[in-house]
Amino acid sequence: MPGKLKVKIVAGRHLPVMDRASDLTDAFVEVKFGNTTFKTDVYLKSLNPQWNSEWFKFEVDDEDLQDEPLQITVLDHDTYSANDAIGKVYIDIDPLLYSEAATVISGWFPIYDTIHGIRGEINVVVKVDLFNDLNRFRQSSCGVKFFCTTSIPKCYRAVIIHGFVEELVVNEDPEYQWIDRIRTPRASNEARQRLISLMSGELQRKIGLKVLEMRGNAVVGYLQCFDLEGESGLVVRAIGTACTLDKLSSPAAFLPACNSPSKEMKEIPFNEDPNPNTHSSGPSTPLKNQTYSFSPSKSYSRQSSSSDTDLSLTPKTGMGSGSAGKEGGPFKALLRQQTQSALEQREFPFFTLTAFPPGFLVHVGGVVSARSVKLLDRIHNPDEPETRDAWWAEIRQEIKSHAKALGCHAVVGYSESTSICEEVCILSASGTAAVLNPRFLQDGTVEGCLEQRLEENLPAGCGFCHIPYDELNMPFPAHLTYCYNCRKQKVPDVLFTTIDLPMDAAVIGKGCLIQARLCRLKKKAQAEANATAISNLLPFMEYEVHTQLMNKLKLKGMNALFGLRIQISVGENMLMGLASATGVYLAALPTPGGIQIAGKTPNDGSYEQHISHMQKKINDTIAKNKELYEINPPICEEIIGSPIPEPRQRSRLLRSQSESSDEVTELDLSHGKKDAFVLEIDDTDAMEDVHSLLTDVPPPSGFYSCNTEIMPGINNWTSEIQMFTSVRVIRLSSLNLTNQALNKNFNDLCENLLKSLYFKLRSMIPCCLCHVNFTVSLPEDELIQVTVTAVAITFDKNQALQTTKTHAEKSLQRASTDNEELLQFPLELCSDSLPSHPFPPAKEHLESASSNSGIPAAQRATSVDYSSFADRCSSWIELIKLKAQTIRRGSIKTTVTVEKASPVGEGNFRNRSSPPCANSTVGVVKMTPLSFIPGAKITKYLGIINMFFIRETTSLREEGGVSGFLHAFIAEVFAMVRAHVAALGGNAVVSYIMKQCVFMENPNKNQAQCLINVSGDAVVFVRESELEVVSTQQPAATCQPSCTGGEVTT
Amino acid sequence: MTSELDIFVGNTTLIDEDVYRLWLDGYSVSDAVALRVRSGILEQTGATAAVLQSDTMDHYRTFQMLERLLHAPPKLLHQLIFQIPPSRQALLIERYYAFDEAFVREVLGKKLSKGTKKDLDDISTKTGITLKSCRRQFDNFKRVFKVVEEMRGSLVDNIQQHFLLSDRLARDYAAIVFFANNRFETGKKKLQYLSFGDFAFCAELMIQNWTLGAVDPQADDMDMDLDKEFLQDLKELKVLVADKDLLDLHKSLVCTALRGKLGVFSEMEANFKNLSRGLVNVAAKLTHNKDVRDLFVDLVEKFVEPCRSDHWPLNDVRLFLNQYAASVHSLDGFRHQALWDRYMGTLRGCLLRLCHD
Repeated sequence: MPGKLKVKIVAGRHLPVMDRASDLTDAFVEVKFGNTTFKTDVYLKSLNPQWNSEWFKFEVDDEDLQDEPLQITVLDHDTYSANDAIGKVYIDIDPLLYSEAATVISGWFPIYDTIHGIRGEINVVVKVDLFNDLNRFRQSSCGVKFFCTTSIPKCYRAVIIHGFVEELVVNEDPEYQWIDRIRTPRASNEARQRLISLMSGELQRKIGLKVLEMRGNAVVGYLQCFDLEGESGLVVRAIGTACTLDKLSSPAAFLPACNSPSKEMKEIPFNEDPNPNTHSSGPSTPLKNQTYSFSPSKSYSRQSSSSDTDLSLTPKTGMGSGSAGKEGGPFKALLRQQTQSALEQREFPFFTLTAFPPGFLVHVGGVVSARSVKLLDRIHNPDEPETRDAWWAEIRQEIKSHAKALGCHAVVGYSESTSICEEVCILSASGTAAVLNPRFLQDGTVEGCLEQRLEENLPAGCGFCHIPYDELNMPFPAHLTYCYNCRKQKVPDVLFTTIDLPMDAAVIGKGCLIQARLCRLKKKAQAEANATAISNLLPFMEYEVHTQLMNKLKLKGMNALFGLRIQISVGENMLMGLASATGVYLAALPTPGGIQIAGKTPNDGSYEQHISHMQKKINDTIAKNKELYEINPPICEEIIGSPIPEPRQRSRLLRSQSESSDEVTELDLSHGKKDAFVLEIDDTDAMEDVHSLLTDVPPPSGFYSCNTEIMPGINNWTSEIQMFTSVRVIRLSSLNLTNQALNKNFNDLCENLLKSLYFKLRSMIPCCLCHVNFTVSLPEDELIQVTVTAVAITFDKNQALQTTKTHAEKSLQRASTDNEELLQFPLELCSDSLPSHPFPPAKEHLESASSNSGIPAAQRATSVDYSSFADRCSSWIELIKLKAQTIRRGSIKTTVTVEKASPVGEGNFRNRSSPPCANSTVGVVKMTPLSFIPGAKITKYLGIINMFFIRETTSLREEGGVSGFLHAFIAEVFAMVRAHVAALGGNAVVSYIMKQCVFMENPNKNQAQCLINVSGDAVVFVRESELEVVSTQQPAATCQPSCTGGEVTT
Repeated sequence: MTSELDIFVGNTTLIDEDVYRLWLDGYSVSDAVALRVRSGILEQTGATAAVLQSDTMDHYRTFQMLERLLHAPPKLLHQLIFQIPPSRQALLIERYYAFDEAFVREVLGKKLSKGTKKDLDDISTKTGITLKSCRRQFDNFKRVFKVVEEMRGSLVDNIQQHFLLSDRLARDYAAIVFFANNRFETGKKKLQYLSFGDFAFCAELMIQNWTLGAVDPQADDMDMDLDKEFLQDLKELKVLVADKDLLDLHKSLVCTALRGKLGVFSEMEANFKNLSRGLVNVAAKLTHNKDVRDLFVDLVEKFVEPCRSDHWPLNDVRLFLNQYAASVHSLDGFRHQALWDRYMGTLRGCLLRLCHD
């Protein structure tokens, strides 16, 4: 009996009119948790009721606290007939259950109805008193923190990264129960929302239990998904990475780049280290010798000391450092063994993280993926979800074996997904095979290794590119060269990964979003036959997606893909493949060769000419892209280390399909074409492919896009961010359903969507679309739905501008005198970046100089802008507020003086910018799919936001058709997320993701339904500039009342 | 391939000022797209017409959703659905309530009723403003009128508080509401030369001095209705023209003071009795609603036009009116000095404003 939940209903506002006669509402509230319900009094005849209720107290198990949502229902009292429901609010009280997160939930929540949408707001206060529970057999896991963020959260430090946790729960879908035939759509939707809320609570609790078993205290990279299997049920599944996290005591000292390890060292005693002496006394000599003997890679000698501390710190593996020495294998094998032993207890050495503490990621093998086609059958016993468990276990096993084949013992950036159509389901899993530093996986302390890593790491920024597999015994044919960075290790010619670009990776130029898009027609079929048809198509799709990616990568002049996500969706009569990734040029990898086109009939002159024309076009495009993305690798001394790589490509991609019959078929992509650089044009199809390659238009100037967290090559972010969701559905005309037409339609759909985004966000230029996440689904026969969520972040073209800007803000008057000083900034910054590119510096200097001269003008322009409309507006809104309190005669005179006063006050208004304005109305809550907020510091994580909404309408036309309906719904979802975050005391959601957006329509019946599932981490952030500005703001703040005082008295 | 559904929802609601203007001006989506194409936006941004179409649709949809909130601007500030920075909220409100000069001149002083709404077609044809825009402007007038109609306190303050308008716009609305309430005739041909600004100026003076609120800040409708008692009392001023001695004395006082200072002295001298009769009779007639409505017509007929026909310079008008008003204080037989000041103080301001071409 370890918890007491207390709820207070304060007030409502903007309620809908429920009584037509009086145009008013007699509202009261039901507060329900578990099986207990309380009611407030009826507040008669008001659209803004003030209930001010007592504290409703629920005494509950912490197990229930975790599973159940608090359910608040607002109703209209009716004396004669049944009370009408106005709407509901579900509040997940999980954030109140761990000590560091929120302590109270208090604020205005939108009252939501699945038929009418948001109908007013309700002010609620929720608190939880937890008693200590010492029961060892407890079923709850209160206190385990959950993060959607796929990296170590910013104000925490990873002590141990334990590894993979997964769980799934199944249930019958209320929508498909017999009772659904007799209940209203509203009741059915609410039953579904409630069930899913319950199931995700249960899931989270169960995952938490597993984490506690592993002795962790947090789950990072928590990803929860729903499979709406229709008749056969509802599956809620989740994966994550269990960790032991330590809160950093002073977040101020902690820089996002996590490069202040020395400080942390002092804070943490080495009491967990079993044998600190081994640091020095380890038998480093034999190892060193051996690594010397281990032929070409001399760099290992330098690394040896780090490696033997590795050993000494992992005594549990049962492999002492001595034995390692005796074994005498090459270091690589040794490292692998350590890692293996660290990971071998684990069933699945998977990590859902995509970004890692420095030193964690040693080598990256490549992408591993597995898919399997299954036939859904009814889940007979919800308590025993064994079939689904077995399906996933099978796929994970496969992933594991693929990783092994790549010489890796772990999979990072791991994710799972499904696509369901009728009774066929494609399960997919993918990740990046990697070799990890075992220290993080055990209970050693991170910093020790961290520090050493920093000191005596492999040459910075290329270590992860070095191949983890044995050169002589490669898992697949690949072309290896010596690393272009350190010249000591072998690297592949291209690298595909599902993770984010490591912080320290050496990159040349900027990155860009690369997409492969593909449609394949499929015959309509039933059950087994359908599954077989799909299984047969999958390998071809994978192959083609891969080829497209590779070609587009070459066309961009790049050599690596990060954040690769391949989505295969199944529909009634087609399959869609959509792969998104961020292409970059890794300095460590060889320069990609061009693309060559080979014709089939070499004798035809005009044909030849056409081919050469195409070839020229391709070459031009490559050149143009290189310029666009600023890819100018140093050409010097290239020949020393290795020969220029032959234009051959081999995939890092290993995958296979297994169909319902569990047959596993391996697909070796290298068998397809011996040389992917050469595009053979042997039929019109191929011609078309080449054309489509060239039709991808680059984003307009000033725009960049990527699907990773950060854009390689851009780091001077400014603070403006705009998260958005865009949805498009197209209907294919059924006449011309050929593969080509489909491909073209799909391609156009995606390209147009991107173009629209660029156009809409043009006011933010220069900006970058980050974390661009495309989801494709086939809701009906001829419909294709594409959903995009991303964030646009502004950046400064040259850092120079930024420094001057902040300067200008700090001291307006000094601006002129400082000019000279400012001038030096850009120069310095440029010269900083110069050494890496030995290029004519004159040009860069010129650029910076010109930008400099532009600064004053730009500055002036913005200040004019400010003082003009926006500021006047915000200022008089404030004035009105003041006046509302002192509304008396003689206002005209008053306002006249205010007008006079405004030029004086204007300076204040400008300084105060957004936050103070916000306090007057609704607090601003930022949302972003990234794990950070540019220009700000996250000071606190308040808990996970995981919400599921259903919206339905029977008056589609009246609500503005499908577009109007969905537009309003998504806006409402955003609003509800923001309200929950604000109620937790937060001002942002990071790692926000819209996991599901299932839209169904029936225009003939004037009906539509949509299900949306979103999640993210609620946080508190503080602007970096704000910390500094506080001092300068003080006078402004004190000036403010005096101004207003003057105004009132006159 | 047809687009079934196409939406864009930002965490911060995107507002395109240009599209907002087109929407407010009542253009259909296709017209708006055509106008945007003509503005050269495609060349500037390299976008396609399809992109523009989709963008325009999106904005229009957003505005339609916002319109409900704009009808009660405080709701826009407190709602949670659209996250809009305060400066943008203010812009949305201000632009939504802004009106066209040409339109307001057509409906100023008319009853804001269904009947007038039916005439919007004609107004639209006459002014070239789209019917949709006319409707919005008309509905805005009507909405503001309804909300502040029976409210205590200053009209401008009430409007500002309930519609969050800028001071200037709130004062304009106060004038519109005041005119609509008192049904002043503004549409006559001889009044066509007057701008909305002229009327708004007069309205402000009248609200300040002639309404109930001018004497009792707690009165209902205080700024909307003219002070009936005051209007009744104005009859007393009649003595100024009815009593021959008083009229002569008044004339001689004014003439003595202005001799040599006025370019149009002789004309003034000749016309004095006519002008004075005109101004005092206007006052005396204000007890009848019909005559209140014709206030501006009368003022123009009885004062502005005679001055204009004699080519009085504005400065002479000012000197005359000042002297005309002030001299009454020296009339010993006249007992209604305060009443005269309340009347003439406002009228002088109005007349000066009305005297232009």
